[in-house]
Amino acid sequence: MKSAENYMQLEFPSKSINESFARSAVAAFAARLDPTMEELGDIKTAVSEAVTNCIVHAYPDSIGVILIRCKILKDNVLDIVVKDRGCGISDLTLAMKPLFSTGNEERSGMGFTIMESFMTALKVTSRVGKGTTVHMKRKIIDRGESR
Amino acid sequence: MTSFVQGRQLTLMLSGEIDHHGASILMRWCGEKIAEYLPKTCILDFRDVSFMDSSGIAVVIQTHRRMRELNGEVILRDIPPQSWKVLHAAGIERIAKVERSVPV
Repeated sequence: MKSAENYMQLEFPSKSINESFARSAVAAFAARLDPTMEELGDIKTAVSEAVTNCIVHAYPDSIGVILIRCKILKDNVLDIVVKDRGCGISDLTLAMKPLFSTGNEERSGMGFTIMESFMTALKVTSRVGKGTTVHMKRKIIDRGESR
Repeated sequence: MTSFVQGRQLTLMLSGEIDHHGASILMRWCGEKIAEYLPKTCILDFRDVSFMDSSGIAVVIQTHRRMRELNGEVILRDIPPQSWKVLHAAGIERIAKVERSVPV
């Protein structure tokens, strides 16, 4: 964590009530980068998608642990890792396709597409039976500089 | 959440944060209202939505399906910027009309 200017970690059970808590906590952590409403909305949306995936897909029949690690890197980059130790994804390419979902009709299949388009970078690694790690980065425009 | 009916037009006022946690209750509520009033037009009003993730896309798609069964249409009204970004990413304007009742 030495390269990070600031960091935080959260661990919580995969209960859907925590979706709101998780995105709000990451947004509060990001606040000191002075993000715009749009940037904050993008971050909250992406975190909400990643956490919902853990709840719906990683631990479909049980309550497991979700881990979030956030760092503020240099050049105003927010680095977010959302990790579970759930069932894993056997076909990542398929899982990340727009509109693909193994969920029920309450899911739209747009989670990864939204994470990908709302964040500056997205990397997903997964091992069946071991879990999934979603690593996202979002550069926050330094408005002090541009003015 | 409140709803009102004018003739065969049903307006569903969505509010607060729409995420997976609340989506099933919201979907059931929308479905029940449509089944109760059998409208020609269903307006989903987003003005009081403070946050929405992809769960909201599923709510719109489900409402669209129900309304298609009734040969009716869905109108999405007054979508705040954050919700719009999510809905637009899914190309929602292909299945529902989008309109604004108040000037930006």
